[in-house]
Amino acid sequence: MSTLTGRQKAGWAVITVLVLVYALFPVAAIAATSFKRPSELNQGTFLPQSPTTANYEQILVGGAQELFLSALRNSIGISLIATAVAVVLATLAAYAIARLDFPGKRLVLTTALGVSIFPVISIVTPLFNLWRSIGLYDTWLGLIIPYLSLTLPISIWTLAAFFRQIPWELEQAAQVDGATSWQAFRKAIVPLAAPGVFTTALIAFFIAWNDFVYGISLTSTEAARPVPAALAFFTGASQFEEPTGSISAAAVVVTVPVVVLVLLFQRQIVSGLTQGAVKG
Amino acid sequence: MASIVLTDIVKKYGDGFPAVKGVSLDIADGEFVILVGPSGCGKSTLLRMIVGLEDITSGDLEIGGRRVNDKAPRDRNLAMVFQNYALYPHLTVFENIAFPLRLQKGQFSDDEIRRKVELAADTLELREHLDRKPANLSGGQRQRVAMGRAIVREADAFLFDEPLSNLDAKLRGQMRTEIARMQRRLGTTTVYVTHDQTEAMTLGDRVAVLRKGELQQVASPRGLYEQPVNLFVAGFIGSPPMNFLPGVVEDDALQLPFARVPLDDRLRASIGDRGLVIVGLRPEHVEDVRVLEPDKVEAGVTFTADVDVTEWLGAELYAYIPFDTHPDVATKLEELDRDLDGEGMRSQVVVVLGSESRVRDGDRAELWFDPARLMVFDPETGENLTRDDDAAARIDEENEADRRASLERAQARERRDGDGAGAGEHAA
Repeated sequence: MSTLTGRQKAGWAVITVLVLVYALFPVAAIAATSFKRPSELNQGTFLPQSPTTANYEQILVGGAQELFLSALRNSIGISLIATAVAVVLATLAAYAIARLDFPGKRLVLTTALGVSIFPVISIVTPLFNLWRSIGLYDTWLGLIIPYLSLTLPISIWTLAAFFRQIPWELEQAAQVDGATSWQAFRKAIVPLAAPGVFTTALIAFFIAWNDFVYGISLTSTEAARPVPAALAFFTGASQFEEPTGSISAAAVVVTVPVVVLVLLFQRQIVSGLTQGAVKG
Repeated sequence: MASIVLTDIVKKYGDGFPAVKGVSLDIADGEFVILVGPSGCGKSTLLRMIVGLEDITSGDLEIGGRRVNDKAPRDRNLAMVFQNYALYPHLTVFENIAFPLRLQKGQFSDDEIRRKVELAADTLELREHLDRKPANLSGGQRQRVAMGRAIVREADAFLFDEPLSNLDAKLRGQMRTEIARMQRRLGTTTVYVTHDQTEAMTLGDRVAVLRKGELQQVASPRGLYEQPVNLFVAGFIGSPPMNFLPGVVEDDALQLPFARVPLDDRLRASIGDRGLVIVGLRPEHVEDVRVLEPDKVEAGVTFTADVDVTEWLGAELYAYIPFDTHPDVATKLEELDRDLDGEGMRSQVVVVLGSESRVRDGDRAELWFDPARLMVFDPETGENLTRDDDAAARIDEENEADRRASLERAQARERRDGDGAGAGEHAA
């Protein structure tokens, strides 16, 4: 790596700032809006004139509490379960795909790819009818199952790619060193697979967390409605008032877990941990 | 410490491909045996069957007198060094070496583990790297960590799977002597797989040459070099490889492409009534007449040949002489070349001359060889017709005596300076 000259550094700095502004301005705008009073919404200023937490109070303890908190509970629960199931199944599947040679291996991978590129909107209507007749409509399970169809394929693909990088010899070396198959898996493979599994879990969680189409189509009450769908049902204080402030506050609250997760697992998401296992 | 006995070991893969076809081999306690052969000859498969990473289709494998065919790798008490080292990247060098000890729960206290790991680290000069991760080590250091992991627990035998093939040439030479030294000092039975015949010749007490899953010959390096059983072994052992020439029997002489060798009793007896044979001539057995003493010239055969290309290597000079081969042996020689991983480019003779020779590209050189060193092979079976079984047996006996003596010496030395940590390293 050659060091950058002053000009190059300045150039990179400008590009970085531009990208950051482009990516983060909408987030900042939403955050700013969430602290505005209803009367300030249309004044066209970026920062709130007299910041207030009224919007947050409304969704967390006030009028919209029912709607928002139950939706938050649904979102967290459904996304976590969908992620956990997807990661466990995908880990086993990907391990088999990476390690074993069995007929239909390619079929599994192609099917997974096919499923993941299938447009969600085209299956939502048949699913709606099916779920209503078998009683899964407006239940957690009714959302977890379609979420799995989104999270499983991508999890299998990422994890299979990840497991392929882990040298098979490590497990064999552990066995020769005196480990049982389980010990070899736990002491040699799991520590290496952990970053990959974490990353995959994170991706799967975000996919489930961000879904809107299934959320709005397959639920009707707060029994299962997730946050992205619930935001559409917010109402203002009167029918002439837009609930922009509350929606912004809710959006900020929904973004927080994502940011927290990324910060928490940042260290686990380091690639290159397998370097040095074999000749690099 | 244990002997390893293989009896009619067969490996067939799921698709019916036979990788190893009935190999029998006795490896004595403390012996250093090399499995060598071109790629795809089944040598690695054989090693992996010994260690238990591959199932044995049929045959018996005994380690230390116990049949271990169905035992898991961890119950065989063998240590293996893998080609790509297979170090655990998330563990430090210390923990990598300690790994096999920690797996034997409750057997060793932390102090004992520390002592054993440090002893192994001293042997391999890894003391200052114990706290580092494998990713931060050089290739040679990783190689030594892998060896440390093998020697730290008193395994019955060491198995090496092409351990040096990932290192550059200089390091390979150093590690080769390091492995030889370590094996002599510890006196542990060792099986070593390689495709590199230099490693095979220098390291092994005995060398087993494999071809397409079949054992061709097991003998001391010298036995293989001087008394190979067939064309394959003769062509595989030696560098540059042995030259194979068509030899037509005419009257009382053997006509080679550019020389006429009068038949003596030895050659006549081995050729029998064949009209065409394959003659093997080692490159290093050819000399430049101009630098040879006159009385020696008389005793051999001289011939002139057009030298195409020469390579001067400092200590010696390689000269390449193209020739037209005989159509009846061409297919046999091409097949042999393929088996030896060759490219079947052109038929040429390579000769190794002294570096003082003045033969240069395009010269017409006068060369000499001693017909007593010629080998004669059957053009159909490839069998070595000039092989002297008594001489071969004598060579192997001498080799075995040498091996015991050097093992004895190494261990006596070890006992003498056993208490000074790492002293053996420098004394050897």
